[in-house]
Amino acid sequence: MSGDYPTARQLGLMSCHVCGQLAQAPDTTNRSLRCPRCGTPMHMRKHASLSTTWALIAAAILLYVPANLMPMMVTASLLGSQEDTIMSGVVFLWQSGSWPLATVVFFASVMVPLLKIIALIYLTASAQRRSRHNLIQRTRLYRLVEFVGRWSMLDIYVITILVALVQFQGLATIQAGPAAVAFGAVVVVTMFAAMSFDPRLIWDPLSDPTPRRPDHD
Amino acid sequence: MPAPDAHLTLPANPVACHECDLLQSEPRLAPGDTARCVRCGAVLARNPPDSLDRSLALTLTATVLYVIANVYPLVGLAMQGRQVEVTLIEAVQILWKGGVEPVAALVFITALLFPVLELLMFLLVLVPLRLGRMSPRLATFFRLVRSVQPWGMMEVFLLGMLVSLVKLSHLATVLLGPAFWATACLIVVLTLAARAFDTRLLWQTPDTVAGR
Repeated sequence: MSGDYPTARQLGLMSCHVCGQLAQAPDTTNRSLRCPRCGTPMHMRKHASLSTTWALIAAAILLYVPANLMPMMVTASLLGSQEDTIMSGVVFLWQSGSWPLATVVFFASVMVPLLKIIALIYLTASAQRRSRHNLIQRTRLYRLVEFVGRWSMLDIYVITILVALVQFQGLATIQAGPAAVAFGAVVVVTMFAAMSFDPRLIWDPLSDPTPRRPDHD
Repeated sequence: MPAPDAHLTLPANPVACHECDLLQSEPRLAPGDTARCVRCGAVLARNPPDSLDRSLALTLTATVLYVIANVYPLVGLAMQGRQVEVTLIEAVQILWKGGVEPVAALVFITALLFPVLELLMFLLVLVPLRLGRMSPRLATFFRLVRSVQPWGMMEVFLLGMLVSLVKLSHLATVLLGPAFWATACLIVVLTLAARAFDTRLLWQTPDTVAGR
């Protein structure tokens, strides 16, 4: 089986995340080692991966609330002014008959950020508990989180084009609301959270020589 | 299950999986093949055929498309005899003046700045490689390409344009500008360029590269 070979960490080796070069880790926790081949700073694991990811998850949760409750766009027309949240935008698309797009926007803007936050909590918590279960499934989940995260930017671009095009003074204008800033921040923060999580932490417990070592939080 | 430390054996030509850290032998790849980690399935290496020529050709095409995508209007709207057309940078400016500067900055970075940085850095890597000149600076440029890549989101931007046009289509007549189509092509070409590039070319010795 594949478990015949050790991990790089077990042999005290670090691999460069840019070019893949293996190098002996220094004995001291000196973080200034650079890849001998391409010069990228090398780390055994991403620095402070779990605590950074936790902090970014917390920030994302806080930002998710105003992103969904505050108005995303403000439409001013002859008929008066109207404020739309993300959800009311989805409802508008659905009612106007373009339900495929309503589904796309609903998933990209509401479900993806929410599921991404939940998935990151699960990944970070299970890695912290040094769980040895569902390793493959958790790795796949991590890849999914990394892949879908960018699609949440959809609503930011929708609002950009709407604001830019609907500038018919006296007839109709559209402005971006405060939720747009919060929502953009959710996307950026969750992307940073996914980047700061080190997927190798999922697998590390497997190669741990003393599995019943007491945990330190 | 992990072997005791005393019995750890090192594979020949070891590479470590970047997602699960398992050491394994670097496989010999036929052109077009992909190597995956035996334990977690992460993509370890690819061997795209005719890598340098194809990725250089595609990147140059992408550069031309990028210029078109940013000089010409993206989308437009005709309503009651009035017509509006915007380029990408104009859209960002309108957003900025509308008081949501952070959002405007985010759109500028993800749809305009980082895609062009990715293109330029990629060219700075590919052109010297094609001419057979290796320098340590190439690694720096390549690192920049890699750190900028996740933040270039033109494909999401294209979908966003479509969604907003559908929203507007029953209020006014929607016009698609040349830049819209250039952006659509650019996304495809840039993806193909990144896929065509064999990153291992960067880390080979100068004579191996020159011999290609």
